[in-house]
Amino acid sequence: MATTRTLAHPLWLKLTSNGFLMLWLVAAIFPLLWITLMSFRAPVDALSAHPLDVIFGKTTFDHYKAVWVTHGFWRNFLNSLMITAGVVTISLTVGTLAGYALARANSNLAFWLLIMALVFRALPHSVLVTGYLPPFLNSRELLAPLWESGLTGWLFRLFSDMPPTLYGQPWAIILVLVAINQPFTIWMMRSFFMNIPTELDEAARVDGCTHFGAFWRVIMPVMWPGVITTGLFSFLLAYNDYLVTALLLDAQSQTMVPAISQFLNRDTRASDQIEAIAAAVSITAPLFLLVMVFQRQIVSGLTAGAVKG
Amino acid sequence: MKGRTFALFVAPSLAMMLIFIALPLASVFWQSFHETRAVVTRTEVESCTPGFLAPTCTRETRTVPRIGADGRPVTETVFVGLDVYRRVLQTDAVAKALGAGGGGLSAILGIDFWKALRFTLTFTLITLPLVIGLGLLIALAVNNLVKALRGPAIFITLLPFIITPVIGALSIRWLFLGDGILTRAIEWVLARDISMFAQGWTIEIMMLIYKVWHVAPFAFVVFYAALQTVDQDTLESAIVDGASRLERLRYVVIPHLMPLIVFVALIHLMDSYRVFDEIVGFSAQAHVLSLQYLTYSFLTPDETGNRAVARAAASSMLTMIGIVILLVPLLMRTWRTHRSARRG
Repeated sequence: MATTRTLAHPLWLKLTSNGFLMLWLVAAIFPLLWITLMSFRAPVDALSAHPLDVIFGKTTFDHYKAVWVTHGFWRNFLNSLMITAGVVTISLTVGTLAGYALARANSNLAFWLLIMALVFRALPHSVLVTGYLPPFLNSRELLAPLWESGLTGWLFRLFSDMPPTLYGQPWAIILVLVAINQPFTIWMMRSFFMNIPTELDEAARVDGCTHFGAFWRVIMPVMWPGVITTGLFSFLLAYNDYLVTALLLDAQSQTMVPAISQFLNRDTRASDQIEAIAAAVSITAPLFLLVMVFQRQIVSGLTAGAVKG
Repeated sequence: MKGRTFALFVAPSLAMMLIFIALPLASVFWQSFHETRAVVTRTEVESCTPGFLAPTCTRETRTVPRIGADGRPVTETVFVGLDVYRRVLQTDAVAKALGAGGGGLSAILGIDFWKALRFTLTFTLITLPLVIGLGLLIALAVNNLVKALRGPAIFITLLPFIITPVIGALSIRWLFLGDGILTRAIEWVLARDISMFAQGWTIEIMMLIYKVWHVAPFAFVVFYAALQTVDQDTLESAIVDGASRLERLRYVVIPHLMPLIVFVALIHLMDSYRVFDEIVGFSAQAHVLSLQYLTYSFLTPDETGNRAVARAAASSMLTMIGIVILLVPLLMRTWRTHRSARRG
């Protein structure tokens, strides 16, 4: 074809373009590759001044064993798993409903809701945590009226005898992270739904579906790419969080990312430092798998919807 | 969609945002003007020591915390106006610095809040163009690549983006720490001993490099996705009209990407204004402070277990005012487009 020939690139451009890309790819993967290597080496080799010692040193799994077994990192892993799963599930459920409604409504109210969400998205998390901390620490006293009043007391007492202290409660953190994540989720979901033609809903409605029925049976089945992309971003936010979890969770319920600071603040021995590296690699591994599985969805998901909004 | 159905669909999301974002915000606002302190009573105490002829007596007033019925000190919360703000901004020290022989700007930038503000703003504004530029270059380069190699290239490019920010910062730090491989490489090039963690500016440069490394892939994904939808007809007619490669980029591709460049800029502005994880990862708090880190350090319990909540609230409010100022131009633009769209 003629067009392909005129669009084809001259050699010099190809070389610069590919050379630049090579450089970037090395820069992108090198730090991760290097710390992964270091985590498998004995301290002598890992911290040696010679790069070759790091590359060809003896492989050892001691540091991983120390991190996961001796220091009980598996507990933090389970906490991370629980919080991330909770955030992704609730965030998507709530966000999909709102995103759908916002995409189909063209009122001033919907516009102001979106602007409010945009401002909320911009809030630094420290601002919110400042707001949570005092009530979370005193929640037992603050919530007491709900438990004592005749109207609502019976309902709340079904769950627990005493009002809970929210500080250190994983489910409270799940709700906090869902809320923090909500603005981004509804914006993204909305732009995915905008791409699904309204005719589809209308056809379903003519056939006798309710609004929710149309949403659930007709729209959702074509929405999976959008849901997966948005879900990935929710996953990253919950899994990668440091600030919120570090301040609102106690030692028993701590997730992996803040827990790594216990290794950092204690690097007196050489092996402590390598243990910190092993912990860091452990945190990264699940993310690595995630990109491997969902890479296609991230790019195609963004092509399909989000970036057009 | 009718009002009622709309309300039902939006309600759960809206409720979460009101309870967990709007309410805390209101409470932070309130807290920033109030302070909780222990109630003290001033009592006059006469203490006497035996002496010759008559005991020597001294009278002094002591402040004693009042102990409540439950054995804990009684606290009260009082309205203190702008006092807390004054303490966070350290207006006295600023006034002194501006006075004769006070040291001027450099003295002000030594004060915690102003130091944090300076770093947060420079960090945000320097990384912004770099992220967009690098993201665009990578997107163009991947787009030029043969199809078979694009998948692996995208996979590797995405890695810095999905990695936990604290861990990403740590991994860069470990490359430089002590005899780290990159420190040795720089020493070899410059033929002199260097230490990357002994002074503030080298740490800041490393943080900038880290941030660009971390966020450029996000810009890349967005731009790359958009490059797939560039109108081929327009490109071809540009070729027919004799537009050079650079002109096609300048007049066809970039305008097509423009809304997305604004989108990436907006997200990056919000995110890098929150710079915090980088400071934790680089353990840079001794040299570099950011606004979020300042609030975080107020909220962390000190040796006596107290959290400076009032000061945290004041610095939060100031942080928030900053981001709102940065966003106003953009919000105005959105409002204008919305209004003109509704008018038809």
